[in-house]
Amino acid sequence: MPNVTMTINGREMSTEVENRTLLSTALREGLKLTGTHIGCDTSQCGACVVHVDGVAVKSCSMLAVEADGATVDTIEGQASPDGSLNVIQQAFQDHHGLQCGFCTPGMVMSASALLKENPKPTEQEVRDYLEGNICRCTGYQGIVNAILAASGQDVAIAAE
Amino acid sequence: MADGGIGAPTKRREDVRFLTGHGSYTDDYTPNHTTYCAFARSLVANGKINGIDTSAAEAMPGVVAVFTGDDFTEVGGNPAGWAINSRDGEPMKEPKRPVLAHGKVRHVGDAYAAVVAETLEQALDAVEAIEADIEELDAVIDMADALANSSNLVHDEIGTNQCFDWGWIEDNRAATDEAIKNAPHVTTLELVNNRLVPNAMEPRASIGEYNPGSGDYKLTTTSQNPHLTRLLISAFVMGIPENKLTVHAPDVGGGFGSKIYHYGEEALVLAAAKKLGRPVKWTSTRTEAFLTDAHGRDHVTKIELACEKDGTFIAFRTETMANVGAYLSNFSTATPTFLHGTLMAGNYTVPNVYVNVKAVFTNTAPVDAYRGAGRPEATFSLERVIDKCARELGMDPVAIRRKNFVQPDQYPFASAAGLEYDSGNYPALMDGLEKVADLSGFEARRKESEARGRLRGLGINSYIEACGIAPSNLVGVLGSRVGLYDAATVRVNATGSISVMVGAHSHGQGHETAFPQVVADLLGVDPMSVEIVHGDTSKIPFGMGTYGSRSLAVCGSAVYRATEKIITKATLIAAHMMDEAPDKVDFEDGIFSVAGTNKTVGFGDVALKAYIPHEFPIEEIEPGLEETAFYDPANFTYPSGAYACEVEVDPETGKVDICSMVAMDDFGTVVNPMIVTGQVQGGLAQGIGQALLEHGIYDENGQLLSGSLMDYAMPRADDLPNVVVDHSHATRCTHNPIGVKGCGEAGAIGSPPTVVNAVVDALQRGGHNVEHIDMPVSPARVWEAINR
Repeated sequence: MPNVTMTINGREMSTEVENRTLLSTALREGLKLTGTHIGCDTSQCGACVVHVDGVAVKSCSMLAVEADGATVDTIEGQASPDGSLNVIQQAFQDHHGLQCGFCTPGMVMSASALLKENPKPTEQEVRDYLEGNICRCTGYQGIVNAILAASGQDVAIAAE
Repeated sequence: MADGGIGAPTKRREDVRFLTGHGSYTDDYTPNHTTYCAFARSLVANGKINGIDTSAAEAMPGVVAVFTGDDFTEVGGNPAGWAINSRDGEPMKEPKRPVLAHGKVRHVGDAYAAVVAETLEQALDAVEAIEADIEELDAVIDMADALANSSNLVHDEIGTNQCFDWGWIEDNRAATDEAIKNAPHVTTLELVNNRLVPNAMEPRASIGEYNPGSGDYKLTTTSQNPHLTRLLISAFVMGIPENKLTVHAPDVGGGFGSKIYHYGEEALVLAAAKKLGRPVKWTSTRTEAFLTDAHGRDHVTKIELACEKDGTFIAFRTETMANVGAYLSNFSTATPTFLHGTLMAGNYTVPNVYVNVKAVFTNTAPVDAYRGAGRPEATFSLERVIDKCARELGMDPVAIRRKNFVQPDQYPFASAAGLEYDSGNYPALMDGLEKVADLSGFEARRKESEARGRLRGLGINSYIEACGIAPSNLVGVLGSRVGLYDAATVRVNATGSISVMVGAHSHGQGHETAFPQVVADLLGVDPMSVEIVHGDTSKIPFGMGTYGSRSLAVCGSAVYRATEKIITKATLIAAHMMDEAPDKVDFEDGIFSVAGTNKTVGFGDVALKAYIPHEFPIEEIEPGLEETAFYDPANFTYPSGAYACEVEVDPETGKVDICSMVAMDDFGTVVNPMIVTGQVQGGLAQGIGQALLEHGIYDENGQLLSGSLMDYAMPRADDLPNVVVDHSHATRCTHNPIGVKGCGEAGAIGSPPTVVNAVVDALQRGGHNVEHIDMPVSPARVWEAINR
């Protein structure tokens, strides 16, 4: 079986995979990085979004062997080493941008990619960008507010 | 009130683990030496199993075992939790639901074999090698056909496709018929409540483990109610003694009803784990979720509203066909009956109500409670026919509702559908709605839309729901086979931290944050010193879990009562410490004191004394500080609301855009307003999804046409508007200690008729004589209605 080596969240990691193994499965099963979630089998839900060489990808739409040698960032690497949340994560908590938490890793990774491309998106741009991330709990309002707030825009805070 | 107590919009503490990828969902858990399970599922909706040859699959690499229905003939009998009698007194038809299909497959996705292998890939490969000789039979899909045609049956042994023919309230039937016959005006509407697929983002998953040394089983599973699942497995399905079975539902990624029920996969992984002596893991794909998770709604209804010429309601009468799918899921018989018929008086003083429901077996996935469960169906029927009636009478839709509202001085109010509403203020909700939604400004906005070639419409709705499920005494009379109390244990630890073990399960509702607010409020301690333990039957008291907007109203009340018991005992200890009589001791903000003296002792010191009972009156007071309460409510709770929606319809394409949605709800006491707002926003999203987008569609052969996220229109961020949620017009629930009513389902109940009323209003104002459009109100349906 092929061996895949990636730099994940700044650390070099290797795992054996089958040729047909998806990157999402390799992260979860091979490397025990279970923060990346699998919510569908048609690359629609976006719970598995990670960054590969700085680009947001649905890790279920890529073979693990294609990521050999790549730099991969996952939800586990988003907070500071001391555990404090990054600005997007903190905004999700402040604006009640999550309920069950299952879509959240993909939402945070997509939001991070969006703000890299477009540091001050409009509400409509945020909603359009999230087309590939499905949330069944929140109705998206808290998520959209969180992303706008993380971009430094003025949004009434939901929480204390 | 303590800082962060009842009423504070406290940030959710559970968020941190979810935001950092450290949640613990079932599929994240892989015990050592795990084997993987995959299912062979029927490709046909109705078929006779002539034979299943598993020999090739058994010889595949890595395969450990293959199971078929033959292996489970002694196991099964997953029951319906509610016994319904037909109008003639006959008990409902209750065909057996096997772990794996035996003899017949009854819906696409019905599992007839399972492979367990060393890897998931090997299990999936081996499933492909199973040779099943399944003879396809004509599928039973359309409900009217299913009732009319008794030669083609889903379950041969019961001789009919009708599960029951239920009347509510049967004794009111004749009077309702008479009232309608003699009424000056009768409005009739036929409508469909579209089938929905719940689609919690986490697919179901189950892991069975067996310890041959102790004989203990453990099931880790995606459940909203681990004790209910354990009870079903122990008492009905497998007979494992409850003290030999732990059911653990760790972090669960949404449920919306679909994870209430016990499913065959759970029994299979347990049985396989025992047989193989190794853990057995199954995780659903989204495709399997579409085919096998219990679906929601799927009613076909005719409703009649009889009234005076001035709009005073005289009677509601409905005839409904309710699809229960191929097998009875655990709550499937309660949902279209007691969670539906009992709400058919709405917020109104109408004197006559009669509801008839025929439950129908079809070759489709089982249908059961989905967010709202029966109450959205009742509300949709009522609020659509009321709108049509107002139009026929030339009345304003707000005015006709106001004319018939139960008034604030009429509580407790006995509804004509058999419930006793304890509190509410529907006129105040409507007042609030008129203001916040700026109803008087609608005409100006409509003109502005018109100038842009858009048809603008306004939809109004008022709803009531019965939550806090449920008073055991009442539901027992109504046919429930379980009690529906809940339980909590409050354990004050020696150094003052507090663990609260609860029967409710949190899968998005924020219990880990909200329940400590209740405890902190009573004890005057820092909420962060209170930790909630839930989901593991080996740790928590026997509670009935989370559904029906019940967690805070029922389990939260148990937490409240247990905390009161803590205060009672702590007061005895404090009195001893201060050498005073207990009735002289006051407790406020975490401090015990004696009036007229300077004697005080803090709650933390009392806790320490309880566990280090030196110089302790052990004859009078036991050491320790831990109390349990079981809370069984005296009545349902009755959240209510008034909603308004404005839409724009593009007459060229039929596309509907929601311009505004205002939800004005009465949830009683609000413990954490941030969480409550989030619950309503989520409910609205699912209700708007039902109204505009979502539809579980089977073709005549029983194939699910909308069986993936590419075909089933789940609402996405760009499909939904920002909504306005207001819960300031609150009246306390009168019979639980917190005064709370429940908020989880309101948005999904109140919004579908609001949206459809708005679309019909837009078309009517645009000169199109359209009385009704069934959901989902898709562009194609709107365009067709305009151009009919």
